[in-house]
Amino acid sequence: MKRLFPILSVITAILLAYALYAALVVAPTERTMGDVQRIFYYHVPSAWTAFLLFFINFIASIQYLVSRKASAKTAAKWIVLAIGAVGTIACFLPRVQQLFPAGMRPSAVATTVLLIPIFYFLIGWLFPEEKLDVLAVTTAEVGVVFCTIVLVTGPLWARPVWGIWWAVGDLRLTSTLVLWLIYVSYLVLRGFSNSAQTQMLAAALAVFGALDVPLVFLSIWFFRTQHPSPVIGGGGSLDPRMGQVLLINWLAFSCFAFLVCWSRFRLELLHREVEEAHAMESLAGAGVAAKASLPLGRSSR
Amino acid sequence: MNAIKFLFAAYIATWVIHGAYLASLVRRFGKLRQQLREVGKK
Repeated sequence: MKRLFPILSVITAILLAYALYAALVVAPTERTMGDVQRIFYYHVPSAWTAFLLFFINFIASIQYLVSRKASAKTAAKWIVLAIGAVGTIACFLPRVQQLFPAGMRPSAVATTVLLIPIFYFLIGWLFPEEKLDVLAVTTAEVGVVFCTIVLVTGPLWARPVWGIWWAVGDLRLTSTLVLWLIYVSYLVLRGFSNSAQTQMLAAALAVFGALDVPLVFLSIWFFRTQHPSPVIGGGGSLDPRMGQVLLINWLAFSCFAFLVCWSRFRLELLHREVEEAHAMESLAGAGVAAKASLPLGRSSR
Repeated sequence: MNAIKFLFAAYIATWVIHGAYLASLVRRFGKLRQQLREVGKK
């Protein structure tokens, strides 16, 4: 595994360099916005990567919460299976399809719904119970980094195109800011609380926080916002070359996020190892002190 | 021409944020390894 990391790092570096070249040179210049539209190739993949990481955080948090009780674990397993099966079938029912906004493909919705049980069982299989919380904090922190990039590149794109840095009250922008604040508070809670219940509280906060992700994603489908309508699957006419460059950039940023998560995961394990070592040290110290004070205590009686 | 500044600012900001985060990871790794060594010595 240790050898795999440098190999993947080199591949990711090459991929990121090519993605940058593709974004600046290969992708055609957009007719109305000009070159500034190329921010799109960093802004959108960063948002998708953040959503994916928050989704993994959500699944890991649920797994962590239910791992304490065998009955809750079994119930969660069946609920997730039911969501996957019923949700996928429902996407192809005409009555349900009427609820979808124009341009949203039922197959895309069904695939997204199907990802819930797939990720749930995959994460449960790959990560033992004690590592679920480590995975949750890892994905939350790296997700916040990517979400920060979305919030920084967005206004830098908006200023020359809309003439303003931020559209106050815009649902997409506000819900993204709220999402960022939720996960920042999640990290603050984890960082500054030493209670035994911190991990459980953080997991509960993450489950509720993740509910904002669909709101952010769907806000431009259901509401009129200053933010542009979806260009993929939303009836937008994205140039195929732009689409390819976008996917290359997403692949590059996903690989980068994976490597960063890998490092952060190891860091968290090391942090817990140090905490354990400190706890053992204090226990050993307390034991020595107790032995030393025992005869003294007896004599004082 | 003016808009190009925003494009470069966005790309630079992205890598500055990633760089800062990676630097914080390296710093935290170093700190924890040192703590682990100190605990081991005791």
